[in-house]
Amino acid sequence: MKSYLGPLNKENPILTQTLGVCSALAVTAQLKPAVVMAISVTLVCAVANLIISLIRNTIPPRIRIIVQLLVVSSLVIMVDQLLQAFFYDISKMLSVFVGLIITNCIIMGRLEGFALSHKPGASLLDGLMNGLGYGLVLVVVAVFRELLGSGTLWNHQIIPSSIYEAGYLNNGLMILPPMALILVGALVWIQQASRKNTAK
Amino acid sequence: MSLTNLSDRIRKHFEKGKPLHCFSSLFDAIDTFLLTPRTVTTSGSHIRDAVDLKRIMITVMIALVPALLFGLWNTGYQHYLILGQASTFWKCFAYGFLKWLPLVIVTYVSGLAVEVSFAQWRGKQVEEGFFVTGFLIPMIMPPDIPLWIVAVATIFATFFAKEVFGGTGYNFLNPALVARAFVFFAYPSVISGNSVWVSGTTDAMTGATPLSQLMNGGEPVSSYLDMFIGTIPGCIGETSKIAILLGAIVLLYTQVASWRIMLSVIAGGFITGSLFHLTGLCPVNGWQQLLMGGFLFGAVFMATDPVTATHTKTGKYIYGLLIGILAIVIRVINKGYPEGMMLAILLMNIFAPLIDYCVLQIMIKKRKKNIRQHQHQS
Repeated sequence: MKSYLGPLNKENPILTQTLGVCSALAVTAQLKPAVVMAISVTLVCAVANLIISLIRNTIPPRIRIIVQLLVVSSLVIMVDQLLQAFFYDISKMLSVFVGLIITNCIIMGRLEGFALSHKPGASLLDGLMNGLGYGLVLVVVAVFRELLGSGTLWNHQIIPSSIYEAGYLNNGLMILPPMALILVGALVWIQQASRKNTAK
Repeated sequence: MSLTNLSDRIRKHFEKGKPLHCFSSLFDAIDTFLLTPRTVTTSGSHIRDAVDLKRIMITVMIALVPALLFGLWNTGYQHYLILGQASTFWKCFAYGFLKWLPLVIVTYVSGLAVEVSFAQWRGKQVEEGFFVTGFLIPMIMPPDIPLWIVAVATIFATFFAKEVFGGTGYNFLNPALVARAFVFFAYPSVISGNSVWVSGTTDAMTGATPLSQLMNGGEPVSSYLDMFIGTIPGCIGETSKIAILLGAIVLLYTQVASWRIMLSVIAGGFITGSLFHLTGLCPVNGWQQLLMGGFLFGAVFMATDPVTATHTKTGKYIYGLLIGILAIVIRVINKGYPEGMMLAILLMNIFAPLIDYCVLQIMIKKRKKNIRQHQHQS
């Protein structure tokens, strides 16, 4: 059981394997799209893992990548359609990045590295945990960026107006992608440092 | 009781295992700042030179003094000028000094706090590198900037542009410019526009710099003589070109800064400025561009930073030329960023190692060819 919790910290797909960084920079300016993106990726990753694991013995090895892509892309299209149907404004906000889940290296990596060689139950859990590990980083980065960049969380004003009157200003750099990269870098640093300490 | 005795007596409280050990790097910094370091190398051969890191830093600070003194006076002068009040030389100077003092204190306290905590964490001594950075940061900020923004910017720059990469001597970006760039992108309202460059103005009064007047599509109101002398609105340290040139003489005479970089930055800026003028894209010509904004300050004090600049001779020409060209290109083409100098230097800081690498590789290739020719002849 413990090995499945790895993606949340020690084997985090973003912080340790440096996968899926592109979308982590693009959708984290606000908390809401980041959470939706995290849920979408988790769903796609878990279900794709399950399906590939179910049919793993019938996939010819030479065309396995094509089969994986087919599964992932149909799932991504479904997620995209669902978002457009029920959460249109968020779907607008995420724009092309929902479609780009298909190029997210975390999903292909888990399919190749785990689902092809493990049973369906284990694969489902692995996909779920990797998606959550990715989502965790997204949410942490988004909380910092939205709170410091816009003074809000989930579109609710958090920083009171009395502080603004005292001379406080929103940090415009937080909205820009470079700051997301710096924040992810800082998270990597914290994680590496804490791991080094426990290793000692 | 002399200072040496005092230092010896309290030193033992900072040793490992003692209660005050967590402040040992701070103690060490103050101790070596006031007194001669206790550790003397005993073995091996060394090149002995009077010019060490501390001496270089102090030379740069001396070179900055004329620009600073003029800037302090000018801050007060512009303030009383725009309010239409009469003032004396000392009144102007005192006003500027009182504006500058909190800035410099905040910069040093916040920057040194980061430096000291990193030194303590890594178990190393505090380096002198922050002295110049902390001196430069208030000089490239508008006089009325809120102090907490200066503190945040300084901490950000020291942390992410310097300490993360290993501290003094390992940073590939100029920390003072990173601090300014941080303010520029994070809090644009305090460092751009027309009402921030003169202390004590309100929105109704405009204290536009010649550069922002140019950006808004007009020719600058101030005369070029004013720009050369420095009686124009602007950042504290950047306005007086005479004072900056005095600093440049100090830096060049002591060979602390590279004349190759200064010359090529100015050449690059002049050529590009002239080209834009000839093609009709910009109403001011080459040498007038050099007098505007922070171009000269950047060329003399920022681009020549030995840590972040290129190290090869050819590399220095390429680096400088590209800074000059890019600064004017950003200024003229992109109206959103009137001060192109900061972005140009930061961009070339990033490319400096690559330029050095290419220059070295080309040099090695040439020499190899020479060797082959010699072998052929003999």
